Amino acid sequence: MRTTIALKALMAVTGIVMLAFLVLHMLGNLKIFFGPEDFNAYSHWLRTLLIPFLHYGWFLWILRVVLVVSVVGHIGSAIVLTKRDRAARPVRYRHAPPASSTYATRTLRYGGAILALFVVFHILDLTTGDANPHFTEGHPYQNLTASFDRWYVAVFYMLAVVLLGLHVQHGLRSAARTLGVAAGRQRAFAALGTALAAVLTAGFLSVPVAVLAGAVS
Amino acid sequence: MSAYSEYRVGEPIADTRSPGGPMNDRWSQRKFEAQLVNPANRRHHTVIVVGTGLAGASAAATLGEQGYRVESFCYQDSPRRAHSIAAQGGINAAKNYRNDGDSVQRLFHDTVKGGDFRARESNVHRLAEISLQIIDQCVAQGVPFAREYGGLLNTRSFGGTQVSRTFYAAGQTGQQLLLGAYQALERQIAAGQVTMHPRTEMLDLIVTPQDGRARGIVTRDLVTGKVERHLADAVVLCTGGYGNVFYLTTNAKGCNATAIWRAHRHGALLANPCYTQIHPTCIPVSGDHQSKLTLMSESLRNDGRVWVPKATGDERHPGQIPEDERDYYLERVYPAFGNLVPRDIASRAAKNVCDEGRGVGPGGRGVYLDFADAIERLGRKAIEARYGNLFEMYERITGEDPYTRPMRIYPAIHYTMGGLWVDYDLQSTIPGLFVAGEANFSDHGANRLGASALMQGLADGYFVVPVSVNNYLGETRIAPADPADPALAAAADAAEAGVRERVERLLAVDGDRTADSFHRELGQLMWELCGMERTEESLTEALRRIPALREEFWRRLKVPGGPEQLNQSLEKAGRVADFLELAELLVLDALHREESCGGHFRAESQTPEGEALRDDERFSYVAAWEFAGVGEPPVLHREELAFVEEKPTTRSYA
Amino acid sequence: MELTLRVWRQPGPDADGEMRTYTVADVSPDMSFLEVLDVLNEELAARGEEPVAFDHDCREGICGACSLVINGEPHGPQKRTTACQLHMRHFADGDVIDVEPWRAAAFPVVRDLVVDRGALDRIVGAGGYITAPTGSAPEAHATPVAKDAADEAFTAAACIGCGACVAACPNASAMLFTAAKIKHLNVLPQGRPEAGTRVLDMVAAMDAEDFGGCTNVGACATACPKGIPVDVITEMNRDWLKAAARSRKSGR
Ligand SMILES: Cc1cc2nc3c(=O)[nH]c(=O)nc-3n(C[C@H](O)[C@H](O)[C@H](O)COP(=O)(O)OP(=O)(O)OC[C@H]3O[C@@H](n4cnc5c(N)ncnc54)[C@H](O)[C@@H]3O)c2cc1C
Ligand code: HEM
Ligand code: HEM
Ligand code: SF4
Ligand code: F3S
Ligand code: FES
Repeated sequence: MRTTIALKALMAVTGIVMLAFLVLHMLGNLKIFFGPEDFNAYSHWLRTLLIPFLHYGWFLWILRVVLVVSVVGHIGSAIVLTKRDRAARPVRYRHAPPASSTYATRTLRYGGAILALFVVFHILDLTTGDANPHFTEGHPYQNLTASFDRWYVAVFYMLAVVLLGLHVQHGLRSAARTLGVAAGRQRAFAALGTALAAVLTAGFLSVPVAVLAGAVS
Repeated sequence: MSAYSEYRVGEPIADTRSPGGPMNDRWSQRKFEAQLVNPANRRHHTVIVVGTGLAGASAAATLGEQGYRVESFCYQDSPRRAHSIAAQGGINAAKNYRNDGDSVQRLFHDTVKGGDFRARESNVHRLAEISLQIIDQCVAQGVPFAREYGGLLNTRSFGGTQVSRTFYAAGQTGQQLLLGAYQALERQIAAGQVTMHPRTEMLDLIVTPQDGRARGIVTRDLVTGKVERHLADAVVLCTGGYGNVFYLTTNAKGCNATAIWRAHRHGALLANPCYTQIHPTCIPVSGDHQSKLTLMSESLRNDGRVWVPKATGDERHPGQIPEDERDYYLERVYPAFGNLVPRDIASRAAKNVCDEGRGVGPGGRGVYLDFADAIERLGRKAIEARYGNLFEMYERITGEDPYTRPMRIYPAIHYTMGGLWVDYDLQSTIPGLFVAGEANFSDHGANRLGASALMQGLADGYFVVPVSVNNYLGETRIAPADPADPALAAAADAAEAGVRERVERLLAVDGDRTADSFHRELGQLMWELCGMERTEESLTEALRRIPALREEFWRRLKVPGGPEQLNQSLEKAGRVADFLELAELLVLDALHREESCGGHFRAESQTPEGEALRDDERFSYVAAWEFAGVGEPPVLHREELAFVEEKPTTRSYA
Repeated sequence: MELTLRVWRQPGPDADGEMRTYTVADVSPDMSFLEVLDVLNEELAARGEEPVAFDHDCREGICGACSLVINGEPHGPQKRTTACQLHMRHFADGDVIDVEPWRAAAFPVVRDLVVDRGALDRIVGAGGYITAPTGSAPEAHATPVAKDAADEAFTAAACIGCGACVAACPNASAMLFTAAKIKHLNVLPQGRPEAGTRVLDMVAAMDAEDFGGCTNVGACATACPKGIPVDVITEMNRDWLKAAARSRKSGR
C-alpha cells in the first residue's frame, strides 16, 4: 500500500466493521438488565448461531477472526500513517497553533491507543478470565458483576467507553470523508457520528454504572 | 552629464519584416512562408525562455510541445507566481458571441485607435485575428471563464469599447489564464521537455561577437548566489513591464527591467519608453509606509459612478453630500462614454478634479467610485456576484465597506506600452533574441486598451513566438550551441565575469542607504516629474536629478549580507541600479516627444478643451533608442508608421 | 503603535535557527503585515544587520508567494486573508507577535521565513492539467459547460498555491491543495477524459513527497486564504477509490 488514501480507506472500513460489532455488543450488553438467564442465554446464543450450518462456537470464532483482522488492519495502518504524519512536520511551531484544530486527531490517536490496551485487558478479564479472580467459564453475567465490583475496574471501563465515544464521534465523520461519501453532507455525517457516539457511550456506560449503583448484582 | 538631454539621430528602421499585401492575409502568409525545422532536429535545439508570465509560460509550453529543449527561468519560487497572475478584469477576443457588431476588423480598429495611432498596423491586425484562437485554447485547457446559464461563455464590456468582448473569470482572469499556461508548462517540465529554473534571475545576455547573435544568458541562482551561463540557439525574453521604475505601482514588488535593460545594453533597441499607462481605479496611498498600490479592476466602472463634491474642501461623509452637490464629472464631460472613457482620460480627469481641491480621502488624492445606484437597480446580490472579491479586497485594505460607502480611487502607474523594439516576428535588433508580452513594445501604441495585455501575452506566447523561433532556426540553420566553441565560450566568460564584477561592486559600496530608499526616491521623482502630466520643464528637471541620484546610489548604497546566499537586498540593488539607468532614457523619450498621445501627456500639447493633442506631422513614428553608454547621448532610430487601413483621426470620446 | 516581533531566523537550509526578538515602533494601522517587515528590514539594514528574508511579490493576495505563520496561524488571524493583505488594524499596541515559516518536511526552509514549495509544482506536473497542446483546441462554444460546473470549477481553481493548508495541517498534508486542482479540472467536461488518471497520478506524486496523510482535521480549509472548501478532499478520496478500483480491473 503506497498511498495514504488506500491506508486510510482500510482504516475506515475496519473501523466501521468494529463499530458494527460494538453496536451489537452494546445491545447485547443491555440484556444484563433482564437478569442472568437472559444475559447468559445471549452469550450462549452467540456461540450457537447458525447451527446446524456451523458447529458450536464457530460463529463466534468467525466473528473473532473478522475482528482480529480488523484490529490488526486498523491499528497497523494507524501506526504507519501516524509515523508518516509525524515525520511530515519534523520541526514544530514555536507558537503552538490554536488547539482546536488538533483536538480531533489527538483524541483519535491517544484514544485509539488506550482503547487497544483496554481491549486486551477486557478480553483477559471477561473472555479468558486471566484478569478476573472470580472467573467461571460460561457464566458471563457473574463474571461481569464480579469484575465491576472492583470500583477501579468499573472506572477504567467507563473511561474507555468515554474515549470510545470521542473516537467514534470524530471517527465516523472521518470515515465518511475518507470513503468519499460525505461530499456536501459533512454536517449530516457529523451529526450521525455524534448521535451514534452518544448512544454507544450511554449504552455501554449503563452497565458499570448499574453495577456500581447496585442495581445489577 | 546634462549632455544626456541631447541625443543623436541614427538611421531610420528600414525593415520591420512585416509581410506586405492585404492586411487580412498577412499573418496567414507569414505562417505559410515561415521556415520549418524537422521535428527530429528540434530536440537538438535549445531555446531559452526568460519569464513565466502569460507570454513566457505559453511560449515555453508550446515550444516544449513542438519538441524543442526549453530552459525556462523566473525569479519567483514557482512559475505560477509571475505577475500576470494579478490581472483581474479580463481578456479581449473578437468572438462576437453577443452579435453586437464585433469582428476582427473592429477589434483591430479599436486597438489602433485606442493606441492613438502609434502602433504598427500589421501587428495589431494579427493580434486581433489570434484573439479568437486564444479563447478556444484556454477553454480547452479548462480555464473556468464565467458562463451563462445556458452553458455558453459570458462577456462584459471594458473601458474604451462599445462592444462586449471581454471574457473573464470573476475578478481573477489573469490568474486563471496563467494557471492554464502554467499547467501546460508543468506538463512539459514533467515530460522532460522543459527544464525549469525558478528563483533564478537573468543578469546578462550572451551575444557572440562574430555574428552578433543571442546565444544564451547569465543567471544568478537566488538561493545559492551561484552565477552561471546557459547557452542556447535562441533566447526569448518575456520578462514583463518596467512600470516599477515609478516605485509605487500596481506591479508586483519583484517586477523589474533588468532583463530588457541588459539586452538593451547589448544593442537591442528600446522603443517608446515614455509610453506608460496610468490606471484610473487604484486604491489611494494611505501613508509613507506604502509599498505598492492595489488595482481595483476597471470592470468596476461598468457599474460604479465616479464623482467628487462640487465644492472644494468638502469634508463631509459621502453619504451626507446631497445629489445636487456631487459632480459626476466623467458623465458630464464625456456623455457618450461616461464612466467608461479610456484609462488615460479617466486618470487625467481625476487628477484635474483633485488639483482643483475637490479630491476626497487622506491628502485629497482620491475620487469616489459609487455603487449605490447599481445596488439599487440590480440588487446587492448581483453586485456581489460580479465584484464580490474586489469589494472584499477593498475592505481588507481600507477597512471601509464599499457596499455602504463609495470606494475611494486614484490613478496609479500600471502598465508600460514601451519595451524592446521588435519586428513583425517579435525579433529584436539582436538576431536570435525574441521579446514577447509586456516586455516588447509591439501592439498597443501609445495606450493599451483594457483587457488587451493578456490577449497580447498569450498571442505572443502560444502563437507567434513558436512560429518565429521555428522560422529563425530553420532559416539560419544555426548549429546547436557548443560550450566548447572558443568564440562562444569567450563571450560567455566575459558575460559571466561582468555579472560577478557587478555583484561585487554592489556589495563593495558599503554606504549608508538601502536600495529601497533609492527606489522610493526615484519613484517619487518620476511620478512627480514624468507622471500623468509632463512638461518640458519637469522633464528637464528630471534629467538633471536622475544622474545625481544614480551617482549617489553608487556612492552610498548599503547591501548587507554576502553574494553567495539568498540575499534579497542584493537582488533589489541590482534592479534599482538598472531602473536608475532606464529612468533617464524614459524621461528623455518623453522630452523628445513634443506631442501628447495616449498615455504620454505633454501639457504643452493639448486642445483648448484640455485633451491630448497629437502631432502626426512630426511624431508619427516609433522611437527606438540605441544604447551608447551610461550617461551618454543615445541614438534615436525612427520607425515611421504608415496607416493603410486606419486613417489617423483625433481620438474623441466626448 | 509599537509591536514586538519574534521572528524565526535561520541563515540557511542546514543551519540551526532561532526566534529573535525585535521591536518596531510607529506602526500605522493602515500598514500591511509585510510593510511592518519592510520597516523592520530597513532598520536592520541601517544597523548593518541582515534583513529578514521572506517571500512576497504581488502584495495583493493573489500570487501566493507570501508565507508567514503569524502567532501559530498561517497567514495570521484574519479569515480568508493572505499575510500581505493582513492589515495592522487587527493588532493592538504592545502586541507580541511570533512570525515563523511554513513548517513541513516537504517545505524545507531556505532562509529565515523563506521555504521551498517546489513539491506543489511537481504535484501539478503529475497530472494537474488538461492535455490540450497549443493549436489543437476546438471552437470554444463547441462544449457548453453548465454554469454550476463552471462555478464549482472556479471556486476550486481559486487556489493560489500558497501552501498555507500544508502549514496549518497537523500532519502537514497537501490534500487540500491537491484536491482543489483535481476538482477544478475533473468537474469540467474538458477535464473528464483524464479524470481517473489525473487523480491517481497526482495523489501518487503527492505521496512521493514528504507530506503527511489527511486525518480529516479541517484546519487546512480554515487557514486557506481562498476559501477552498474541505469537501474537495472528500471528492478526491471518492474519485481516487473509484479510479483505483477501475484501474485494478483494467490492469493499469
Ligand atoms: C494589477 C494588474 C491588473 C491587470 N489587469 C489586466 C487585465 O484585466 N487585462 C489585461 O489584459 N491586462 C491586465 N494587466 C496587464 C497584464 O497583466 C500584464 O501586462 C501581463 O500579464 C504581462 O505578462 P507578461 O507575460 O509579459 O509578464 P509577467 O507576467 O510580468 O511575467 C514576467 C516574468 O518574467 C520573470 N522575470 C522578470 N525579470 C526576470 C529576470 N531578470 N530574470 C528571470 N526572470 C525574470 C518573472 O519571474 C515572471 O515570470 C494587469 C496588470 C496589473 C499589474
Ligand atoms: C462497559 C461495557 C462493556 C461490557 C459490560 C462488556 C462486556 C463484555 C462481555 C461480558 C464479554 C464476553 C462475552 C462472551 O464471551 O460471551 C465481552 C467481550 C468482548 N468485548 Fe466487551 N464489554 C464492554 C465494552 C467493550 C468495549 C468498549 C469494547 C471495544 C472497544 C469491547 C470489546 C469486546 C471484545 C473484542 C470482546 C471479545 C469477543 C470475543 O472474542 O469473545 N467491549 N464484553
Ligand atoms: C475499538 C474499536 C475501534 C473503532 C470502532 C474504531 C473506529 C474508527 C473509525 C470509524 C475511524 C475513522 C477512520 C477514518 O478516518 O477514515 C477510526 C480512526 C482512527 N482510529 Fe480507530 N477505531 C477503534 C479502535 C482503534 C484503536 C485500538 C486504535 C489504536 C491505535 C485506533 C486508532 C485510530 C486512529 C489513529 C484513527 C485516525 C484515522 C484517521 O482519521 O486518519 N482506533 N477509528
Ligand atoms: S488550497 Fe488554499 S491554502 Fe492550500 S495552497 Fe491553495 S490557496 Fe493556499
Ligand atoms: S488539516 Fe490536514 S488532516 Fe486533512 S482535512 Fe486538512 S489535510
Ligand atoms: S504577496 Fe502575493 S499573495 Fe501575498
